Amino acid sequence: MTRVACHKFDVLVVGAGPAGMAAAACAGECGVRVGLVDDNFRLGGQIWRSESAGGPVPEAAGWLERLRAARVDPLCGVRVFDAPDPGVLLAETADDPCELQYDQLILATGARERFLPFPGWTLPNVMGAGGLQALVKNGLPIRGKRVVVAGTGPLLLAVASHLRKHGAELAMVCEQASWDRLARFGIALAGQPGKIVQALQLKKDLAGVRFATSSWPVAAEGKNVLESVSISRRGKSETLACDYLSCGFHLVPNTELACLLGCQIECDFVRVDDFQRTSIPEVFCAGEPTGIGGVGLALVEGQIAGLVSGRRVAKARDLFAQRKKLRNFAAALAGAFQLRAELRDLPSAETAICRCEDVPYSRLLRYPSWRAAKLQTRCGMGPCQGRICGPATQFLFDWTPDSVRPPIFPARMESLAALASSPEPEQQAVTGGH
Amino acid sequence: MPSLALTVNGVTVDVEPGTTVAVAAMLAGQPCRVSVGGASRGPLCGMGICFECRMTINGKAHGRSCQILCEPGMDVRTDD
Repeated sequence: MTRVACHKFDVLVVGAGPAGMAAAACAGECGVRVGLVDDNFRLGGQIWRSESAGGPVPEAAGWLERLRAARVDPLCGVRVFDAPDPGVLLAETADDPCELQYDQLILATGARERFLPFPGWTLPNVMGAGGLQALVKNGLPIRGKRVVVAGTGPLLLAVASHLRKHGAELAMVCEQASWDRLARFGIALAGQPGKIVQALQLKKDLAGVRFATSSWPVAAEGKNVLESVSISRRGKSETLACDYLSCGFHLVPNTELACLLGCQIECDFVRVDDFQRTSIPEVFCAGEPTGIGGVGLALVEGQIAGLVSGRRVAKARDLFAQRKKLRNFAAALAGAFQLRAELRDLPSAETAICRCEDVPYSRLLRYPSWRAAKLQTRCGMGPCQGRICGPATQFLFDWTPDSVRPPIFPARMESLAALASSPEPEQQAVTGGH
Repeated sequence: MPSLALTVNGVTVDVEPGTTVAVAAMLAGQPCRVSVGGASRGPLCGMGICFECRMTINGKAHGRSCQILCEPGMDVRTDD
């Protein structure tokens, strides 16, 4: 029988982006034993993903140092797939299953991009906005490649700027929101000087690049791989030859683990109290799963959750005012990048909505709900478990997602078998440098 | 920077350390997978969510290639 590694922590943090790193550092500094798990091969999450050829991004360096000083155990390449009992999570690495035990749990599971289907969106080289950026950071050469960046949200400009710095030729940046909406968003930023500096910097980085508002992709074309993109711009269509389409429609929270644990969800987000506590007393949540708000808010929420889990409640209270200000920014963000109704008309009858099971738009039209469509067409039943088509069908058809069931990620049979047949897990030394 | 070599569907590709398997497959000119309906697919999310880039890596099926770093001598199959 496989020996199942068992790791025990006072505070376990799931997700090592800004919220999780801040939470783990603050909890660790309170003197409790903290574990920080993430399914990526390095700490930092998506926003602080480092370049393959470089060290950690500068913003992350300070937190990495605090994590080391606080003796937090980093467990990278570990993916949580089940929560069989209170205080226990099951996970697996690329090779082995493991059990994670905790007294208190902090969920910092971040967000993913929202993808909206349009004809040709399944062609190779049509990727997420952050998706292409991640691949470039992990070694994909982009110099001299022609790229269209499209979709919605502040990420588009950040991605465009990053790709340009790496030598990409930006054919166009297309934002679906109208100029009016963005201008109102600009006004809402006025109370936040730091954000304005960032925006001006991006404007400088993108000088000379075509940036269009009220503009979105209507089709991606190519024989076996992307060759061009058709863009709708103020009612007119234009076709742009390109090597890559980098396209995402803002973010959706990763709430699967919170749902599995039974945390209360309100309007798609995990409900938390002032102390970042979910409806389950020993479970906290911080960052994007509580509301899409960006790095600043994630860091503050993470610190609050970490401090409260380490019983430093007064210190946590000192951060409440800062959090309130950043939440106002988050609300402005949501308003500015709201999806326009025209995007519901993008799929053609043949457009695959569920990429895992190749379920076309026309087959889904007759069903009243996500559940009915799942049962009849296998939409959302593939390995991504509806993480891509779920948010898409929520927007296209107003379907509400189904309940979450374990395993929340496909797990290997060996993992399931080893854990099922291991009532008293062997205690093993916890990894990490002490 | 020293490079490392691996094979994707038998095609040898040299990459720099820190490169993910998904990127190595693209550099080798190999599509990630063929969909249920027979279409070629490539990476989409780049962060281990969409499973479009799953591959058999050193004999282990369903590896999320965008979350796995290349190692010397790795045997990657996208056509299993």
